[in-house]
Amino acid sequence: MGITLPVLILALPFAMFLILGIGGVKMSRKLAGVLGICANGALLAMSYTVAFTYFFSGETAYIIDGVRQQLQLFDVTWMAFTERLVVNIGFLLDPISAMMLIVITTISFMVHLYSWGYMEHEPGFQRYYAFLSLFTFSMLGLVVATNIFQMYIFWELVGVSSYLLIGFFYKLPSAVSASKKAFIVTRFADLFMLIGILVLSYYVSQTPADGPLGGASAFNFIMLNNNSANVLESTLCGTFMGGSILSWAMVFIFVGGMGKSAMLPLHIWLPDAMEGPTPVSALIHAATMVVAGVYLVARFFPLYLIADGSLLFITVVGAITAFYAAVVACCQIDIKRILAFSTISQIAFMMVSLGVTRPELHEGMGYMASMFHLFTHAMFKALLFLGAGALIHAVHSNNYTAMGGMRKYMPVTHWTFLIGCLAIAGIPPFSGFFSKDEMLTAMYANSPLWGAWMTMVAALTAFYMFRMYFRVFWWEENPHYKDHTPHDAPWQMSVPLIFLAAVSCVAGFIPFGEFVTWDRAPYHIHLDMSVAIPSICVAVVAIAFAAWLYAKKNEKPSKMKVAMPVLWEAAHRRFYWDEIYMFVTHKIIFNGICRGIAWFDRHIIDGTMDGLAAVTQFASAKIKGMQSGNVQTYVIWYFFGALLLAAITWICLL
Amino acid sequence: MDLSILWYLVPSVIMFVAGVYGFVTRKNMIALLISLELMLNSADLNFVVFNRYLFPGSMEGMFFTLFAIAIAAAETAIAIAIIINIYRSVQNTDINVVNKMKF
Repeated sequence: MGITLPVLILALPFAMFLILGIGGVKMSRKLAGVLGICANGALLAMSYTVAFTYFFSGETAYIIDGVRQQLQLFDVTWMAFTERLVVNIGFLLDPISAMMLIVITTISFMVHLYSWGYMEHEPGFQRYYAFLSLFTFSMLGLVVATNIFQMYIFWELVGVSSYLLIGFFYKLPSAVSASKKAFIVTRFADLFMLIGILVLSYYVSQTPADGPLGGASAFNFIMLNNNSANVLESTLCGTFMGGSILSWAMVFIFVGGMGKSAMLPLHIWLPDAMEGPTPVSALIHAATMVVAGVYLVARFFPLYLIADGSLLFITVVGAITAFYAAVVACCQIDIKRILAFSTISQIAFMMVSLGVTRPELHEGMGYMASMFHLFTHAMFKALLFLGAGALIHAVHSNNYTAMGGMRKYMPVTHWTFLIGCLAIAGIPPFSGFFSKDEMLTAMYANSPLWGAWMTMVAALTAFYMFRMYFRVFWWEENPHYKDHTPHDAPWQMSVPLIFLAAVSCVAGFIPFGEFVTWDRAPYHIHLDMSVAIPSICVAVVAIAFAAWLYAKKNEKPSKMKVAMPVLWEAAHRRFYWDEIYMFVTHKIIFNGICRGIAWFDRHIIDGTMDGLAAVTQFASAKIKGMQSGNVQTYVIWYFFGALLLAAITWICLL
Repeated sequence: MDLSILWYLVPSVIMFVAGVYGFVTRKNMIALLISLELMLNSADLNFVVFNRYLFPGSMEGMFFTLFAIAIAAAETAIAIAIIINIYRSVQNTDINVVNKMKF
């Protein structure tokens, strides 16, 4: 494969960002929208060409003896600071990046199309499309990064585009504060990631320059992963607080992923990020950007495997987050918040699946299952978000209390949403069942504890999704429908829904193990009935329970709420994480530390400057009388001054 | 007969001191201008003399003086123009009247 397509894949969305960002003001809405959609369609075609060529052509460049190869289609020196610190920029093609190319461009195209209908009447339509293009560019650059430094650069770029899109309705104070929160929290996590990168590359670059890890290779994914023994050796020179240097570096890099993927305790930004337009939530905060953390772990998997303890850390963080988010999702009223917590929970599922992966357990199947779930989740979660967008578009409220009985009014949304819910709940034959089953098998193989724990989370997932489904589409009709009858969305919004629903129906039958595995050798998926049957059972029970509670208007939910007021209130308020953050930042950091620093700034630093200004002003007030306007006085002063200078010169020369 | 350099420098100093004295004591602006010219000419004289005595082979000092004279002429024209304008506005050429340019 030449470099034309890879370069175009990165250049086209960036060019669209510039064109729409600079020229968008002069364009009509229709032109900007059509331009954005067409460019994205071209991008979709190019990415599919690259990915399908990679997966299906069978050429020896891509697959040798059944093992898929990692290719750097181009890798050019971008910044060479010193001989050892060289940053490259390139295009890495391997199973996971090819899979991500498909996911990103598909969802991005669907969202571009959907937004045409959804954002039609919003001011700043052209700006919106420009930001979408920027995000697509950044996300593509992130997944095809050949080295950790390039990934870090694009990692920040997706953070920026997420910030810009969350704050798209910048006249709403809530959107502004949500965008700031998202940026600050993820940026704070990225600080740890940068430290991890620096520690790792510092120790790796201590190896001989002519060795496999000299120069630009100190950042390169392929070199690091293929020479993990050398990496381990170079970091053996010390430990820190009982952990090896490699473990610390890898855990710190993972903290960056925790920020982007909204793992506890850095999850607080994602629910607030729902202030952005709903298609943006579907694209960035459900399907692509938030799985960057999972992608990061998958990308560095060989190193995580040898950094002892880091995979256990990932598993524990993921397991706690998955449970926490699932419980909170059961008690939310805002449908986008429910989906946001569901996203957190599902991403944590993928994290656990990666964390339990060991090559000796089912040939490292957890890795494959995690990537499989990433793929299927992207499709059905984008579908659910876009469906939620259609609902919000119809009733102009995010809360399910304004909905109910919608199945009569919005049949297309209803059926597609139902498919999404069935997929996420893990009901066969929908896609989520297959990927979730693989993940649970991997977890049971590692330890029954993780398997049982995550099965419980899966049951909660089925419950809260169907709680929302029944509450929105069944329950009782909202009386306001008489004034304003909700109806299905225009075709631009329905087409993506139907397409994604179709994908969610069939994606489970993709033999994913043939394409993506941790060692890139094929793995033959087979359903493990001892895992599949219990997981179907718990899902069905959870759905039945949700139906019993919410299918018709009744008093049971409110009775349950009254019976457990403390639990409900705590879960509804997300177990007070935001309050804890507010307490820590405002009461402890701002009051304790920052107040002292502010005092120092105000009194010592500003005081010095103010003092200098005051002295100058005082002195000038005293001596300004000398500028009398009388020329002759000046001349006398000048004359004696000159004499004095002459005298000094004369004395010095003597 | 070789004249000592002092024969030139002493008149030059006298001219200069007279100029300074005139500049700080006289009140009429025309007199100030004359004093200024005295100081300038004393400096010109020094240029010529030092050029003659220290670097007899070269002419830079002479040319410098020629330029200085030309510039002094132009400057005088401007000064007189300013003085005439001041006279037109305040009916006076006393230097003490023109002290508005201050703090």
